[in-house]
Amino acid sequence: MLSEIKILGQHGKQYIPDIRKAEVPSPFRGLPEITKGSDFPIPEDLCPTGAINTSLRTIDIGMCSFCGECEHRFPETIRFTNNHRTATNDRNALIITEDQRGSIELNPSLVRKEIIGVFGRSLKLRQVSAGGDNSAELELGACGNVNFDMGRFGIEFVASPRHADGVVVTGPISKNMSTALEICYTAVADPKLLILAGTDAISGGIFAGSPALDRSFLESHKVDLYVPGNPPHPLTFINGILDLIQSKKHQK
Amino acid sequence: MMENIINELTTNGQSVSIDQIPKLSFEELHDEIEKCVAEPDGHCISYYAIQNEKGLTFIACLANDESHSIRVISCEMKAGEKKKTLAISKNHFPFHVYEREISENFGVDFFWHPWPKPLRFPYNAVHGREINEYPFYRISSEELHEVGVGPIHAGVIEPGHFRFICNGEMVLHLEIQLGWQHRGVETLMLQKATLLQKNIIAESIAGDTAIGHGLAFTQLIEGLGDIRIPKRVEIERSIALELERIAIHTGDLSALCTDVAYQLGSSVFGALRTPVINFTQSWCGNRFGKGLIRPGGSNYIFRENLRDNLNKMLDDFEVRFKAIADRTFNLDSVLGRFEKIGHITEKQVRMFGGVGMVARMAGVRRDVRWSHPSSGYQYLDFDPVVLESGDVMARALLRKLEVEQSIAYIRDLLTIWEETKDQNIDSPPINIKLKPNAFNLSMTEGWRGEICHSAITDEKGEIVHYKVKDPSIHNWMGLALALRNLEISDFPINNKSFDLSYCGHDL
Repeated sequence: MLSEIKILGQHGKQYIPDIRKAEVPSPFRGLPEITKGSDFPIPEDLCPTGAINTSLRTIDIGMCSFCGECEHRFPETIRFTNNHRTATNDRNALIITEDQRGSIELNPSLVRKEIIGVFGRSLKLRQVSAGGDNSAELELGACGNVNFDMGRFGIEFVASPRHADGVVVTGPISKNMSTALEICYTAVADPKLLILAGTDAISGGIFAGSPALDRSFLESHKVDLYVPGNPPHPLTFINGILDLIQSKKHQK
Repeated sequence: MMENIINELTTNGQSVSIDQIPKLSFEELHDEIEKCVAEPDGHCISYYAIQNEKGLTFIACLANDESHSIRVISCEMKAGEKKKTLAISKNHFPFHVYEREISENFGVDFFWHPWPKPLRFPYNAVHGREINEYPFYRISSEELHEVGVGPIHAGVIEPGHFRFICNGEMVLHLEIQLGWQHRGVETLMLQKATLLQKNIIAESIAGDTAIGHGLAFTQLIEGLGDIRIPKRVEIERSIALELERIAIHTGDLSALCTDVAYQLGSSVFGALRTPVINFTQSWCGNRFGKGLIRPGGSNYIFRENLRDNLNKMLDDFEVRFKAIADRTFNLDSVLGRFEKIGHITEKQVRMFGGVGMVARMAGVRRDVRWSHPSSGYQYLDFDPVVLESGDVMARALLRKLEVEQSIAYIRDLLTIWEETKDQNIDSPPINIKLKPNAFNLSMTEGWRGEICHSAITDEKGEIVHYKVKDPSIHNWMGLALALRNLEISDFPINNKSFDLSYCGHDL
């Protein structure tokens, strides 16, 4: 008993008091910034996932593997900030232009009416790894640990799709998992959310174009939230979900 | 010919010319393999086939841990020949996975194979079967029932299918079917043109082992490119690999406590993982170390402020880890669930060719850091932790002891680092010119065990074949055996205690 009290003393308070305001220290690679009006010397084939469009001068963080190579080679042109607020429901908002400064915002007009108000106080999610490399899965697991404590908002991962309000997909969606993913999604009762967590899920990432993938699932279902990252940081995920389910409050 | 192959030795990460690899007949190949594995410290680190215009080339990489030697031998199966040969796995079971892979990819019929089933249902399988058509082992009896679990599991984990045959609550047999995570890694390694693309794929083979697989790739490329890196980088890489081990082992101890409903252990071990991965993030911007290991240099140089932070983090971690570990491993309610559960013997481990943690928890001394040291381990007098009991307790205790050992070795590495810290570290080059017509093999001891990458270049120095071996490919059989004669409700804690990789197996 005494040793347990000692352990609890050492353990202290682990939770992050304000998830909404928490920051991730540099050199964490969060939202990139492109220097305005400068030359754009980055060669087409530098980016391993083709996330950089050299003619439009953009970087698509739905495709970015966050390797940081562009920043290492051309620090004058691209800089990764430690801003982790990158989740959005608008796929196009992930394409970062020269003008983008500050966090990526949710587009309230794209939030489905049935989401607003229904999931605000309790959201149960079923996670499906479809070719995920287990880093995104570990970060989603970390969302519920004593540090991030997503459960305080009523958000939890559950064992069965029948208990869930939505599905969180990680991984580039392997052909071998495509049917199981479809069955799992179908088993969730309406209204339901579909969340893509991580670059691999959003675009295929480094695996895009592999003959072993089958991403047709995404052609027939509407995505409610994109959470970029390789893997996505727990703070990106939790804040993204809170923005989504509390979007009515968000609009004021 | 037979005389000179005896001297054909290679070392971890040092490339050889393809012409130097002896070409044997199948009989000679079998004899050489038999000779190697007859030694208690001999095992096959990789065995695979390559398709070329001439037919199929089989490559076997054999290692002896005690003599620290590696030998590579090959054998041709000409295009016109019947694709049929005696299975090595008939007498030596660890080959069952290698031969199933070759059979699935190239249609080779290995006769007398003890377990001739698809391995991972890759997109380019010749058998043309879908993943839901796996031929499970069946027993017809009215007394028995089957339980199927997966591919999607209750937790936030990767997919795999487990099929139990049970007598009441007792598991008679467990068969594990994988392949759900197959992403075509080895194909993409050739398709993606740039060095950086290949590097990022390597880091994603198993994202929980980004350092382990990233380092195996990096050593392989540096060997093929004849690049010598400063000792300082070698030290820094080994520090990163040990941090990965500490983080995952600690997280696994948390999960094991969760599975036996020990709430304090679950929370405290879980919280202890955070400062370790956050340190890795403060070093390279990613909690899993993605981006840290690059061939030919480093983008994230370890500096004095990082050294100070690391020392501080480890000092604090050590005290808190010791307190909770001492409590956990002295608590009757925990020990009652850990001890004598999911037991496998040394004989069984040798039978299925277990590597890494799974070998060391059952009395088999197998650790690349000791047997084939590379990077910083060359400068350490490394001695692996080996336990005997082979149960959940051994797997849990091994993690605790390895965490303590890793902390001690990081401190040793930091002492060596002090002498090297003035060495200049280059930025990683965009391109590395590789030697033409060369073969290389690189091994690292990831937290799960022996990782092996090997590659072959053509006359222009382009990589034309890339092979990945994750330790899990061997160790999944250990989990299946551990479950025999256990209650099915003991499956979760056993699965967690092995914590094997699905994506590393499926590639």
